[in-house]
Amino acid sequence: MHLLAAAATASNENPSGVFGNDPWWLTLAKCAVVFIFLVLTTLLMIWAERRVIGRMQARPGPNRVGPFGVVQGLADGIKLALKEDLVPAIVDKPLYILAPVVAAIPAFLSFAVIPVGPVVSIGGHRTPLQITDLPVAVLFILAMASVGVYGIVLAGWSSQSPYPLLGALRSAAQVISYEVAMGLALAGVFLYSGSLSTSQIVGQQAKLWYALPLIPSFIIYLIAMVGETNRAPFDLPEAESELVAGFHTEYASLKFAMFFLAEYVNVTTVSALATTLFLGGWRAPWPLSLIGHGQLNQGWWPVLWWSGKVFVLLFCFIWIRGTLPRLRYDQFMRLGWKVLIPFSLVWILVVAAFRELTNEHKTRIESLAYVGIPIVVVVLIWSFVAEARANRLAREVEAEASLPPRDGGYPIPILSGHAGGGRAPVAVAAATDSTEVLDG
Amino acid sequence: MIPILILSIFSGGFAIFSIVAGSLSGPKRFNRAKLESYECGIEPAPQAFRGHRLPVKYYLTAMLFIVFDIEIVFLYPWAVAFNKLGMFGLVEMILFIATVFVVYAYVWRRGGLEWD
Repeated sequence: MHLLAAAATASNENPSGVFGNDPWWLTLAKCAVVFIFLVLTTLLMIWAERRVIGRMQARPGPNRVGPFGVVQGLADGIKLALKEDLVPAIVDKPLYILAPVVAAIPAFLSFAVIPVGPVVSIGGHRTPLQITDLPVAVLFILAMASVGVYGIVLAGWSSQSPYPLLGALRSAAQVISYEVAMGLALAGVFLYSGSLSTSQIVGQQAKLWYALPLIPSFIIYLIAMVGETNRAPFDLPEAESELVAGFHTEYASLKFAMFFLAEYVNVTTVSALATTLFLGGWRAPWPLSLIGHGQLNQGWWPVLWWSGKVFVLLFCFIWIRGTLPRLRYDQFMRLGWKVLIPFSLVWILVVAAFRELTNEHKTRIESLAYVGIPIVVVVLIWSFVAEARANRLAREVEAEASLPPRDGGYPIPILSGHAGGGRAPVAVAAATDSTEVLDG
Repeated sequence: MIPILILSIFSGGFAIFSIVAGSLSGPKRFNRAKLESYECGIEPAPQAFRGHRLPVKYYLTAMLFIVFDIEIVFLYPWAVAFNKLGMFGLVEMILFIATVFVVYAYVWRRGGLEWD
């Protein structure tokens, strides 16, 4: 009975009140742990990525440095540090040096508002396993993701060279396009949670993870997070077959390593955000959460569930990279603007209507109005779209018919002796005539 | 705010330290080719974007982004306060999204979303 009561208070606890009471050494320790976690995850990801993709391609991957090659990431870092720090003569030097710093800092900062676990006691202090929380925590993460783009754009701009510039432009266009889809997907979560604070969003997923009622939002977020972090199959800013290395073509040594670090930290951050918003954050998965009245949702256990979920998502990043070919840029933009954005807009309205319907104090007529009005609106819009499409098709067929006839359906270039493509059959006929004359 | 500042000092310090260390730890052997920008071995074209001109598609994408980002700015407070707004909020948001959809449909029909 005592345990039950404790579990009940733990799950109903409002977490927002517990922030900002940490002594200075605890804040410092939390920051250091998060920082070290992110750097170590990056080193591990570099190794895991090469190793897993190696396995997927039926080759061993790096296996020499340390057991199973685990220290490969560190070895790569040391190698980069011992390389010459090339700086082309033409670059805009202050911006060129600033760009990797601008890329790296916001990548780390987003992690300050990710909840890793519930309230625990460290050295006699009761404190949540989260550096800090803000009433607008998710907005803060989105803002940091946008500031990170400045690093990429500055890198491409200051390099004064075509490949980096094109890579940077692509990256900027890509990130802002997919940020719209991502932002719209997140709005569904806020409709359920009624809060932008990450710890409260996790707190409200005690009964149901938001990934289940919001599956379309979750899928849109997963696609957008891959596009947002410039990872395969959306790694167009650094498409090696088109742009050499994209925005960091002119970077060498540890400046290059900073961009790599920023990319992998961003990948970890978006995975952690997906865990927080859709997969219940640090909460134990369903059958485990029943053991001992939620015993596994207390103390240090949640850190295990949280990191398990994040690492599964990180593995998915590698898996996707090993499976899918890179998209063409127009395909990529079409997916973002013509599929994800309209779909997520409609989905938000569906979620909102559903939330409103399931509110208790509603009469039947009101409910009917909620269902009926959107359906009427959608049908009206659809009829307009269908009519416009039919009109356009009709016009195209008409235009096709009014064009002069062509050889085999293709327009042929105007050559000397030919008056135009339309004359081709006549010309052929004339040629036949002349051969007949010659034969005769 | 203070914890975020501490974390930014950690990450900023690490980034600046790495960049300074990288320029000190590596070898330095002069070669004129190293000062040129990399263009796969052909003669570099330093004025790659003469007069700072960029393809107009990117400006268009940025403008469209602003339209939708403002929409998101309105959506978030609405979503957070949705339970208090009730039916009024739902109808208002349907009207607002329908208005933005008109813009969206216009841009689509005019070919603003094509990349060819």
